[in-house]
Amino acid sequence: MASVAEAAPTAVRANESRSATIAFVIMVAVLIVAPFFIYPLFLMQALCFALFACAFNLLIGYVGLLSFGHALYFGWASYLAAHAAKVWGFPPELAILTGAATGAVLGLIAGSLAIRRQGIYFAMITLALAQMMFLLAVQAKFTGGEDGIQGVPRGKLFGMIDLTPHSTMYVVVLVIFLASFLFIHRVINSPFGEVLKAIRENEPRAISLGYKTDRYKLVAFVLSATLAGIAGGTKAIVFQIASLTDVHWAMSGEVVLMTLVGGLGTVFGPVAGAFVIVAMQNYLNALDQWVTVIQGAIFVACVLLFRRGIIGEIAHLMRIKL
Amino acid sequence: MFEKDGSYPSWFPVAGASVAGLVIFCGAVWGLADWYGIPTQALFGQLLLGLINGSFYALLSLGLAVIFGMLNIINFTHGAQYMMGAFTAYLVLTYSGLGYWAALIVAPIVVGIFGIIIERTMLQWLYKLDHLYGLLLTFGVALIIEGLARNRYGSAGLPYAMPDSLRGGRNLGFMFLPNYRAWVIVASLVICLATWYVIERTRLGAYLRAATENPTLVRAFGINVPRMITLTYGFGVALAAVAGVMAAPIYNVSPQMGSDLIIVVFAVVVIGGMGSIMGAIVTGFGLGIIEGLTKVFYPEASNTVIFVIMAIVLLIRPAGLFGRTA
Repeated sequence: MASVAEAAPTAVRANESRSATIAFVIMVAVLIVAPFFIYPLFLMQALCFALFACAFNLLIGYVGLLSFGHALYFGWASYLAAHAAKVWGFPPELAILTGAATGAVLGLIAGSLAIRRQGIYFAMITLALAQMMFLLAVQAKFTGGEDGIQGVPRGKLFGMIDLTPHSTMYVVVLVIFLASFLFIHRVINSPFGEVLKAIRENEPRAISLGYKTDRYKLVAFVLSATLAGIAGGTKAIVFQIASLTDVHWAMSGEVVLMTLVGGLGTVFGPVAGAFVIVAMQNYLNALDQWVTVIQGAIFVACVLLFRRGIIGEIAHLMRIKL
Repeated sequence: MFEKDGSYPSWFPVAGASVAGLVIFCGAVWGLADWYGIPTQALFGQLLLGLINGSFYALLSLGLAVIFGMLNIINFTHGAQYMMGAFTAYLVLTYSGLGYWAALIVAPIVVGIFGIIIERTMLQWLYKLDHLYGLLLTFGVALIIEGLARNRYGSAGLPYAMPDSLRGGRNLGFMFLPNYRAWVIVASLVICLATWYVIERTRLGAYLRAATENPTLVRAFGINVPRMITLTYGFGVALAAVAGVMAAPIYNVSPQMGSDLIIVVFAVVVIGGMGSIMGAIVTGFGLGIIEGLTKVFYPEASNTVIFVIMAIVLLIRPAGLFGRTA
């Protein structure tokens, strides 16, 4: 375990963590000031997707597993969170936790199937399983089919704080996002995270060192799906709706795009990517029908010319780690 | 049939077991249908639909397998190229009056050339990178193509008329067989088997297989491997286009006809494993039939059954039915 960590000299690691800390402080400051200048609903949407992308990045960036079906956890978590809040009358915090649990359970099932194959097959399996659950969501009664679950109450946090005003809701979303972000940061910098990176770099070698890599991969998968579930549950509460859009494969593609644009395997990349893509969707509303084409073009451009992504490119230029 | 030394070839017991299995399977289905009180007409009707779907699964997964073998890339654009095939048929008919048979020739050439351009301008830069980038790039290209088609033609399907020579059908006694559907099944079987023959039994196929195993060594023998890769991609894409043309009269021609299909085909490929050409063909047809049967016995599950089978196969035989464990 330690062998990987010790490979980087202590001074470099200290430097890395300093630049990351500065970047984190800047990010928090921006996010606190932002609602005074930008429409909070947009910010909340971007934050939900940022969390979703961070969850996805945990797999692709640190274990090297491309899940092409992350909409499964995001979408189903938003359905169950919406259902819990609306039909069962759960308070928002429990509804979001229901979403997280949904993500965890589905992640455990899908993950234990998908990790049985590597590389390209892993991507195809996750995509196929997500498509199966999409078709189930279309058929199931409680999801409301094409209409989705509408009119989900935001409710009162801990039974006291009314979440109806956007400002209050924003604070809650920000806290959820930052807590999850720090959690991911903690995971990837833990001994566990070092093993994940070792698996990404060279799985046979990690196995030969005695690690049960399948277990590590499965735990990472479940963590990622759970965080995606928190993102989906939060989104359902914020926007008071859960719909088929969030379980569709296009959503799985979008989260890949966000992470790719921001920078695969960077801590801040998915956040930046999510803001860019969500902003693009919001401000290019006039070009509605061109959004798919533009997204495709960004995919192609990123893969061919710009594989480090925005944050990865900045980090490379400034020779720091972000 | 027998090797020179009198022993039987290695595929012999496999083929024997398959035939025996098929007979038992058909008997069981027949018995079940009888027991459920399902009329034979309905049973065979759904079986036929299953075979049709299976033809498309086989053609598309064959193309994916051929491309993956040479390029090590999963061609996510495959569904979009299938859709392009159907649209080429539609456009050729609308703007130049060329009918179905001409489209069967024109569409694969046009879409194949399009594929070659994609390979030369984009894919060739990715061979040294992680396979995942190939998937992401082809996904992006698929989004562009689909988005453009949707902007131009809307989401609703455009009808494409069946060729006159294949209208009508014949009564087989136990069921009515429309000529067009019979044609699709036979044509795709012939194309699949011809592809298998070329790859497994000819000199050209031997070069291809050798280049899949060790491109550097094959280049050392003076064979232009990069060109072979380009042409392989063009061929795989052309297969998708042929499937698209054949699908046009059955399903409508619509921009999203490929995207949902390609995900099912991915599941088919996971079930079969991409190591074997024949495996791709057999799995494609087999899963089509199973899907058709599910429509008879438990219609609610018919669109998810292939994914369920994929999950079961992953549990029992993670490498896929015809896959080699890496």
